[in-house]
Amino acid sequence: MPAAQAPAPQPLPARAWDDHRIEVILGNLLRSGVLLSAAVVFCGACIYLFRHAHEPADYRVFRGEPSEFRTIPGVIQSVINGRGRGLIQLGLLFLIATPIARVAFSIVGFALERDRMYVAFTLIVLAILLYSLLGSGIGS
Amino acid sequence: MTVLEFTAVVAVVSFVAGFLGALTGLGGGVVLVPLLTIFFHVDIRYAIGASLVSVIATSSGAAAAYVKEGFSNIRIGMFLEIATTFGALLGAFLATRIPTSALAIIFGFVLLYSAFLSRKPRPPAQRNLPPDPLATRLRLNGSFPDLEGPRSYNVQHVPTGFGLMFGAGALSGLLGIGSGAVKVLAMDQAMRIPFKVSTTTSNFMIGVTAAASAGVYLSRGYVDPGLAMPVMLGVLAGSLLGSRILVKAETKSLRLVFSLVILVLGLQMLYNGFWGKI
Repeated sequence: MPAAQAPAPQPLPARAWDDHRIEVILGNLLRSGVLLSAAVVFCGACIYLFRHAHEPADYRVFRGEPSEFRTIPGVIQSVINGRGRGLIQLGLLFLIATPIARVAFSIVGFALERDRMYVAFTLIVLAILLYSLLGSGIGS
Repeated sequence: MTVLEFTAVVAVVSFVAGFLGALTGLGGGVVLVPLLTIFFHVDIRYAIGASLVSVIATSSGAAAAYVKEGFSNIRIGMFLEIATTFGALLGAFLATRIPTSALAIIFGFVLLYSAFLSRKPRPPAQRNLPPDPLATRLRLNGSFPDLEGPRSYNVQHVPTGFGLMFGAGALSGLLGIGSGAVKVLAMDQAMRIPFKVSTTTSNFMIGVTAAASAGVYLSRGYVDPGLAMPVMLGVLAGSLLGSRILVKAETKSLRLVFSLVILVLGLQMLYNGFWGKI
């Protein structure tokens, strides 16, 4: 393999290192979020399977989920009621939240690097994500 | 089938899909929806909801391993996420309005395209491309560790790549997949980003893109806990294992087999879509 030929116009080495450090922190954040949500889903699965193991499984016809599995307050209420499927949905909500948290933390990272353009880009992405979540009626 | 049998079989199938998807680099999500609809007779809307959740899990789960190597470019990722999240919103909006047979047909074409792309040789690695003024302004150019020290690269054709990523996001929101095939088209072919950088950066973006449509799917009742649970846990476990043994395995013949599977599933989805079986 030939060596690197093009002179590096950018990034400066210091910035590249900062970027990398931010990414390592974010990567670990994502992994923790996924493991947490997988653990919650698994707990919910145990309760659900214990109670419903021998019922017939049928997903041929689309009915749509009841509101207790469709909204954040509904999911929380169903977890309080000790429902396994409510706990699974809670784990899935954590899972959806992990990439959103990653975007939110990126804003801090770019702000520390005083990169205003990318703070703005990240805010746009975060706004789209929050609009999708809140605009979809999941919060009510 | 009882709930227990269904959960066990779907978990095993999802595990294998996630494992092969990670090992071949073709992604497991793309085969899940056809497998669930064709063999388990799951309504395509439930299948898409479950697949979307598993896409977030694999993307976020693999991120820590990828970033350690220092290939991914966080600025390219964030800039293109503006396009993919907008696209994902549009896709999720469309998904609730178009008939399921049309979803199956679009899915079929995406599968055929993925199979075709996986057999195509990669574009030659870029060397000494001139810096593009827009990419420079957006600070997208970067460097990554190569065998002989850091190698820098200059990103090309930013508007084309941005537009294609919007399409990738829309497909992701519409079909509940990572749409890796379109992302490769945008990042490798149009923007000429080195392969290692584009793969790891697109992995990062897939989770954020899927999160943009997941809220819509959940609130519309497309995410069934009983189905999403075995799919998400199975795919996550399979892909984590697959990415761990990725370095040692000889993947060439495996890639061929997996792309044939994708091809067959694509034809089946087209058939089912055109004959109104979905």
